[in-house]
Amino acid sequence: MKPVIEVKSLRKSYGSLEVVKGISLVIDSGEIFAILGPNGAGKTTTVEILEGFRAADAGEISVLNTDPAVKGSAGLAWRNRIGIVLQSTQDTAELTVREAISHFASYYSNPREVDEVIALVGLEEKADNRARTLSGGQRRRLDVALGIIGRPELLFLDEPTTGFDPEARRAFWVLIKKLRSEGTTILLTTHYLDEAEALADRVAVMNHGEILEVSTPALLGGRANSKATVTWRDAGVAKSEETDSPTEFVQRLSAQFGGEVPELGIHRPTLEDIYISMIGATHE
Amino acid sequence: MNNQLPGALAIGVKRGKLEIKQFFRQRESVVFTLLFPLILLAIFGSVFSNKIAPGVSFSQYFVAGMIASALVNTGFQQLAIFIPIERDLGALKRLRGTPMPAASYFIGKAVVVTVSMLLQVALLLIAGVLFFGVNLPTAPSKWLTFAALLISGSVVSTILGVAFSSVPKNARGASAIVSPVVIVLQFFSGVFFIFTDLPQWMQQVAAIFPLKWLTQGMRSVFLPESFATREIAGNWETGRTFAIIGICLIVGTVLAIRTFKWERE
Repeated sequence: MKPVIEVKSLRKSYGSLEVVKGISLVIDSGEIFAILGPNGAGKTTTVEILEGFRAADAGEISVLNTDPAVKGSAGLAWRNRIGIVLQSTQDTAELTVREAISHFASYYSNPREVDEVIALVGLEEKADNRARTLSGGQRRRLDVALGIIGRPELLFLDEPTTGFDPEARRAFWVLIKKLRSEGTTILLTTHYLDEAEALADRVAVMNHGEILEVSTPALLGGRANSKATVTWRDAGVAKSEETDSPTEFVQRLSAQFGGEVPELGIHRPTLEDIYISMIGATHE
Repeated sequence: MNNQLPGALAIGVKRGKLEIKQFFRQRESVVFTLLFPLILLAIFGSVFSNKIAPGVSFSQYFVAGMIASALVNTGFQQLAIFIPIERDLGALKRLRGTPMPAASYFIGKAVVVTVSMLLQVALLLIAGVLFFGVNLPTAPSKWLTFAALLISGSVVSTILGVAFSSVPKNARGASAIVSPVVIVLQFFSGVFFIFTDLPQWMQQVAAIFPLKWLTQGMRSVFLPESFATREIAGNWETGRTFAIIGICLIVGTVLAIRTFKWERE
């Protein structure tokens, strides 16, 4: 099957500043793909090119078999197949949740049922409230509802959970996974490493306009092969040991203690540790 | 599966209904666009009650000017303020990311401008007749001129509002720039004062903008025929009025198409 998104040697400059330096990407149908990177890494520019908001300076781009730079009715037919959730929007403030969603439904050829979408984003109780009365997390779920009402094959999510409390974030992750299980391909940008880890099938780490690595969250930066840290307590003193073979080490400890090891913990570097070391390495 | 996208006009009409709903739910827009002109009418009509010509009171002259201003308030002012607000809130970018045709957005704006314009003109006419002794014209030709001025004036005002919407950098700048521009234009165009009493340079500046011509046109509808001799040209200049509105329409359309911005900088 042809990938949903295929990018080769994409370049974009603003004036003399090159913000995207020849990146290449392939995103397959039905996957959740996350782009990670600090502010100014070129994530938003890349995504906005893929969304058709900006033209690239150079490179080959195919999004759902279309060059997003196409305008006119061909562009509209393409837009009919994608959904976009932008960063912080505060529009439709005077409309109720239901009014806004059912109005946006009228733009698409084959929209989802309005009530189905309201239930999917968990806004049933707020359906008849004005958008301006929603909390930050509810407002963001309305944004997602507007992004998915058209039954998109491909959904762009730009920092979707910024400002969420932990509970709202988890509810949101459930929603995104539900969309994937229905076959939606999702391109996500986020600052939150735990979010990428919970959601993404693959992640790309971007910095200074370049992609440093594309991998699964578990394998990124050699994470699976890196040393594990074993921690325990021995006669009231906290101990720790870095090892390539934690299983063997713990067996030896267990023998030493004659069973249970006090306060035993085994830690691999978190995605955040790996990410910070990758981003930090490019600063030098 | 249905793959036919809905038409631009059908979506435009839906957007129009939505825009009207939002208009009436926003207290600022109702107060500024609909009520403020009535307040002005009440103040000026009460302060200046003198006759400016036989059978013509100042308030009659003023009502004609305020009806012309209504076209500017509901079109130019409303759009030049609210489009930058929508742009700042990300509403325009969001729409741009959907299969909504661009034309539908402008059809929706045209609908809300038309409804608010008709409402404001009706309110001004009712207030003018009830409280300020305005005589409604009887000749069908006057009503025809009135209708032609409402339609052409509202269209040109709408287009210029869309064109001007890319001037303010952000929403806060929009009301700070647009409202003074409109008020100064009203002074220069003979809405608040008798046009022929204004200094010549003001008259000349005003003549570049449609409001002066709309104001003069509304006087040709609501003031007695005898008053025409008191105008600068000695007549109502109806032909020239529509010619200038036509030119502004063409220039405005070109500017609007070329400069419209869907995203904040």
